[in-house]
Amino acid sequence: MPSPAIEVHDLRKDYGAVEAVRGVSFEVARGEVFGILGPNGAGKTTTVEILEGYRSRSAGDVRVLGHDPAERDRELQQRVGIVLQSCGFYPRVTVREAVEHFSKAYEHPRDTGETIELVGLREKADARTKDLSGGQRRRLDLALALVGDPELVFLDEPTTGFDPAARRTAWGVVRSMKELGKTVVLTTHYLEEAQALADRVAIVKEGRIVAEGPPDQLGPGSSRYRVSYLSQGSRVEHQTDDPTELLHRLTRDAIALGERLDGLEVTRPTLEDVYLELTAEVDAV
Amino acid sequence: MSPVALAWEQFRFERKLFWRNPSAAFFNFLLPLLLLVLIATAFASEPDELEVLIPGVAGMGVLATTFTALAFNLTLLRDEGVLKRIRGTPIPAGAYLAGFIGSATLNALLQVAIVVAIGNLVYGVDWPHDPLLLAGFTLLGVVCFAALGVAFSHLIPNEDAAPAYTNAVFLPLIFISGVFYSADDLPEALKAIAEALPLKHLIDGLSEAIVGGGGADVGTAAAVVAVWAAAGLFLAVRFFRWE
Repeated sequence: MPSPAIEVHDLRKDYGAVEAVRGVSFEVARGEVFGILGPNGAGKTTTVEILEGYRSRSAGDVRVLGHDPAERDRELQQRVGIVLQSCGFYPRVTVREAVEHFSKAYEHPRDTGETIELVGLREKADARTKDLSGGQRRRLDLALALVGDPELVFLDEPTTGFDPAARRTAWGVVRSMKELGKTVVLTTHYLEEAQALADRVAIVKEGRIVAEGPPDQLGPGSSRYRVSYLSQGSRVEHQTDDPTELLHRLTRDAIALGERLDGLEVTRPTLEDVYLELTAEVDAV
Repeated sequence: MSPVALAWEQFRFERKLFWRNPSAAFFNFLLPLLLLVLIATAFASEPDELEVLIPGVAGMGVLATTFTALAFNLTLLRDEGVLKRIRGTPIPAGAYLAGFIGSATLNALLQVAIVVAIGNLVYGVDWPHDPLLLAGFTLLGVVCFAALGVAFSHLIPNEDAAPAYTNAVFLPLIFISGVFYSADDLPEALKAIAEALPLKHLIDGLSEAIVGGGGADVGTAAAVVAVWAAAGLFLAVRFFRWE
């Protein structure tokens, strides 16, 4: 059993009196896509920037591929690719020149042309970076993070501001990273993004993880099924932990009365329901 | 790649970027030369005036290509997030900065060489009287103003403010430091300020090296520039910000 790609234990970060991260613990297995989901200001970026080596931590233990990222070891940096939330380019170089230049920092770079192809920028390879659209710039961000052929990739809100088509393309790139066996840590405030991409999700609120697990079985209430049907024109809803027993009772009674359970639905709460339920408490405090 | 090879790659990359940016090339090379020609034509046609102007414009060239260019470009790169991106790669900070500052250094050396050559070929000023001293003062000036430029970038809040901040230093400094006329003719108060700052001393040193016999104390000039260089290096490293 290989050691996890990332181990975080009781991580804390305060900026003076403000506690941005208040005791976060999680592990990310090798080859896993791990999503960190939360509203703006929840501590997602602070957490990820500590893992990337940009920020020091106030307390706790952090291991990234067996290294302490705070030491900014070049050996670790060779194995990690980073897509920051926003960062610029040299405006007067082409896509190919930028990828080529960054590839030189790595011992075992991926081929420049192949990297450009991977992120879908082939027809823009000779365009200068200042002439790229927002979505194309984000793909160049991805290319620069992937050109070192990293084992672990951090993506901090990779699709914020994308139109739906560009988002689908970016998702395709993340899926291809997973197919290549990369470990991916992804922060996002888009639920459907976490749902579509992540093997596991941690929901972060006010510097703490409030729920963690695969997106389809997440959160408190996650075992509660909703069973609803139409009765005399209006919808009746039940919530239950044991849908088998409830359905058996409902259908037995209906048959006994000669009724049909029109519009019968059995649903599980979506990640969105869980997320809204968990983050709604923020406002109540 | 070794850090030295990476610094070399960064240097080559910076050279390519420099020539692709016509306005940077203009401000670094053509503007000082334009000022040299205009002032030489309009006001300083006498040999003794030219012997003030040539070292003065060479000193201004060092200031423009290192201090101004580095303070401006670093602010831009920091504000745009390019520095933060570099920080996330295995490129060692020292290799990156060596390549980046090396490019500015080459501009400074080229500028001094061009000014000296124009002085001789166009205006008949003798070839440098002491080439070794010229090389020494040019390098000392480059170290000093490059370090001060990096240090000064820490004070500039964002890229929009960069032209105002750099010009607020550049313009007064060239007027009090004897670029276009001898600093000895200035009022005492301005002379005292110029004496405390490094540009006048760099120009004194360059003047001794190019023309000679000006009576300036080369040792004192070198010492003042060196003290500013040390202070600049300390501040540049101590307060360096990647984002």
